[in-house]
Amino acid sequence: MSSDRIEKVSIVISKGSLEGVYPGLIMANGARMEGIDVNLFFTFFGLDAVITKRMDKLKVATVGNPAMHIPTMVGGLPGMSAMATKMMMKEMDKLDIPPVSEFIEMIHDTGAGLYACKATVDMFHLKKEDFCEHMDDIITVGDFYEMSHGGQIIFT
Amino acid sequence: MAEATLAGVTVERDDEGFFKNPDDWKEEMAPELAKEIGIDPLTEEHWKVIRFMREDYKVKGQVPSIRRMKNEGGISTKDLYNLFPKGPAKKAAYIAGLGKPHGCI
Repeated sequence: MSSDRIEKVSIVISKGSLEGVYPGLIMANGARMEGIDVNLFFTFFGLDAVITKRMDKLKVATVGNPAMHIPTMVGGLPGMSAMATKMMMKEMDKLDIPPVSEFIEMIHDTGAGLYACKATVDMFHLKKEDFCEHMDDIITVGDFYEMSHGGQIIFT
Repeated sequence: MAEATLAGVTVERDDEGFFKNPDDWKEEMAPELAKEIGIDPLTEEHWKVIRFMREDYKVKGQVPSIRRMKNEGGISTKDLYNLFPKGPAKKAAYIAGLGKPHGCI
């Protein structure tokens, strides 16, 4: 292994749709599998991924997403988002990609740090009790930069 | 690293040291393989992982994911990372004489 390999990453998850959350989680888990240190920082709607009541209810956005390849008006019909979500979850399960709550627990167990953004927590009037037990702490953006020292930062 | 002699048997391995043919693997080779990647000694806990991987590979034809090892093999993710630090899936597959894992999870 060469010395110029990545040693540490801090991944920011800022979106709360299913397709907004999973890439960051997969990258975090994949980094730990390679022996890379990981901090995960959830901000704005990305916080839904660590809010107990919401984490397993994330949905795929079927409107405003041209890559879905369905007309916007059709994407907006009742049940479209739920259906697309169900289909995607089924495909992900085939690849052994777990539901969000299980994935968060797994990533926590790999030794990665999971943090919520204080500004968003205050803005949405959230409390520590709203978060799953695997969320380590609520931190400021300054704390985040301190923690990220010496590593790469990935924003999703 | 094309060919290597392990436990007195010549086996084919890829550039990174993974076995090309998992059938070449024998239990006696595991401690030597573990030593190559800095795991010494190989404990009963390590063996639990290696045995599950070998058995699952036999049935499924692919190296089990970390999730599978947790849900099907009863090996917690925490334990796995403690036993095989800095890359558990790859390290365990290396010692178990399986090919390099291809999954992302």
